[in-house]
Amino acid sequence: MTANNTIITDFLMNEMHLTADLAFWVEIVVVAAVYLGVFAVLGLFLVWMERRVAAFFQLRLGPNRRGPAGIFQTVADALKLVSKELTGTEKRDRFLYTIAPYFVIVTALMALAVLPFSYELQAFDINLGVFFITSVSSVAVIGIFLAGWASNNKFSLIGGMRSGIQMISYELSTGMVIVAMAVLTGTLQLSEIVGYQQEHGWLILSGHIPAIIGFMIFMIAGTAESNRTPFDLVEAESELGSGYHSEYSGMNFAYYFLAEFVNMFIISAMAVILFFGAWLSPFGITDGIPYVGVIWFVIKTLGIVFVMMWFRWTFPRFRIDQLLTLEWKYLIPISMVNIVLMAIVVWLGLTF
Amino acid sequence: MGNQQFLADKIRTEEYLLNMGPQHPATHGVMRMVLKLDGEEIRDVEPVMGYIHRSIEKMCEHVSYKQAIHLTDRLDYLSSHMNNEAVALLVEKAAGIEVNDRIKVIRTIMAELTRLASHQLWWAVMGMDTGALTTFFYGFRDRELINDIFEETCGSRLTMNYSLIGGVRYDLHENFVKRVKDFIAHFKKKLPEYDNLLSNNVIFRKRTEGIGILTKEQVIDFGMNGPTARASGFACDIRKKLPYSAYDKVDFQEILATEGDAFARYKVRILEMWESMSIIEQLIDNIPEGEHRVKTKAVIKLPEGEFLQRVETARGDLGVYVISDGKKNPYRLKFRSPSFANMHGLNTMSVGTKIADLVVNFSTIDVVVPDIDR
Repeated sequence: MTANNTIITDFLMNEMHLTADLAFWVEIVVVAAVYLGVFAVLGLFLVWMERRVAAFFQLRLGPNRRGPAGIFQTVADALKLVSKELTGTEKRDRFLYTIAPYFVIVTALMALAVLPFSYELQAFDINLGVFFITSVSSVAVIGIFLAGWASNNKFSLIGGMRSGIQMISYELSTGMVIVAMAVLTGTLQLSEIVGYQQEHGWLILSGHIPAIIGFMIFMIAGTAESNRTPFDLVEAESELGSGYHSEYSGMNFAYYFLAEFVNMFIISAMAVILFFGAWLSPFGITDGIPYVGVIWFVIKTLGIVFVMMWFRWTFPRFRIDQLLTLEWKYLIPISMVNIVLMAIVVWLGLTF
Repeated sequence: MGNQQFLADKIRTEEYLLNMGPQHPATHGVMRMVLKLDGEEIRDVEPVMGYIHRSIEKMCEHVSYKQAIHLTDRLDYLSSHMNNEAVALLVEKAAGIEVNDRIKVIRTIMAELTRLASHQLWWAVMGMDTGALTTFFYGFRDRELINDIFEETCGSRLTMNYSLIGGVRYDLHENFVKRVKDFIAHFKKKLPEYDNLLSNNVIFRKRTEGIGILTKEQVIDFGMNGPTARASGFACDIRKKLPYSAYDKVDFQEILATEGDAFARYKVRILEMWESMSIIEQLIDNIPEGEHRVKTKAVIKLPEGEFLQRVETARGDLGVYVISDGKKNPYRLKFRSPSFANMHGLNTMSVGTKIADLVVNFSTIDVVVPDIDR
């Protein structure tokens, strides 16, 4: 348990006079509620950001009426979605159809919980942190696959099949990049990875060549894992209409939509943790001040998110066989070589 | 190969049917394609047409020639001027109406502007079909300027109804020449942007090169035409073969490619935009003086007989065929529309490719669905 959590428990025990057990459970509920709030706000903010960034690239204004720079537009959209009827096809598999969105949301929330927003702000710091995120986010594919399967729509089914192929393939190369970085840091615990960077500098500098190769692979595979252009075959508007969520409406659709954006944030956050020093400030200018790290963390993550949005509004889409060729013939061999290269670099002590 | 055969024997796959359309983002309107798929691979494509059939040909037979022109705008709405022009030219030829050079030049400039606008829209949508959404806005940005020029002179932006029998509806607006020159100067800078954004993108190249190949023989057999056929090396530009209006006075190249794949079709259209600009540049500086509309009889009757006029629209060879029995309305009128002819190639292009390739092929044929169904 990190510092922040004990603050809440201390407060509950000393000021509210709760027993230790009760304080523990109350704390869990409070933290969970906070993360749900963060999830919703983050999703809405990122949707707004995507629309503004898209408008910037496309010679448009984007949302600019509701609130300053249209920031409440997505809130209005979410309210509209909440109020809409939940429709679906007649012969859908009701049970799977209903639970499918929750796979996506719950996994996004779980991955969000272990992110170190700053030294003090990390809900859950386990010693397998990085693997926890990858393993949890690989469950999300089940949600998408089930949605495609249970909708009783062939377009959804094709989208679901594509998601299965795509997300499972690209997890391999993200996993291998993580292994390479673990070779460098010698740990999988997120707080220790950040601690290593506090001593040795950001990993992209400390690990130099293999880290830069790793970062490139991570960005490509991460974009693919979050199903965004040029890897948005799962949705592929011009081919499949809207792919796996064709038959979802109202809030069920919004779950997928928000989770997609939160997943993008998680991928970017992972890139920031693994390569850009998480909440550490450049040259350590604000490292001593508590809670300021969260600002750096969000700024860096949004920078990576911006790059991913840049991809989306620039590149055309891959075809399914090209997508697999890229992964299995290029990214996986390169990332395997990269692990060896990283091992040699660490063995010879060539890191900074 | 032996290994693959082994797998194919062991793993049983089943073909299934997928209805693409009539409402589908890639079908550019109300077009339906019945796909027979094996996983992602296309085994058969059957285009089902007729969802937007408005019987324009039959309607034309019930109205006078002067009125019939106004119905033709809605054939291929992106080449509306060329459609008007085709009927106007046919009636002028059949009724022996001589038009002056000014009218010919105005029609040619308008036709080339329409072609540019149409190709810009095609480029915009082509990018969107391959997944690059930003091209849509870039294409429309430049097309807007052409529409503004049309609006000023013709009073309308898309279906202009500008060409009439014996001339054009209004004389050129006083700003016309300046605005067209400004547009050409602007677009000469912007067209290389199109290449930077899409043509030179490695993903786009991989998506289009070697996809949907048609040989010259196949193209001729299917009766395909326009840029789609020229990409396979079939010289079929009516502007060169049977010059009309002012095309015999200008110097331009017929763009041909030999590869016959989706990228060749893309390339031909991009290069055609340069040619269109060159044609406009040659004509814009010396538009002859004269009337914009010659005097015609109030009721035009064609002599008995059969007449044919072909023009090159943005999509290819539009033929207007009229059988006249000497009355003021045609006995029979037939439009030989380029989009309909080009659709014949879709099956050959797409069988054996993936769903994503079908979308690219459909996009590079550049169909306008109302032009198929008429």
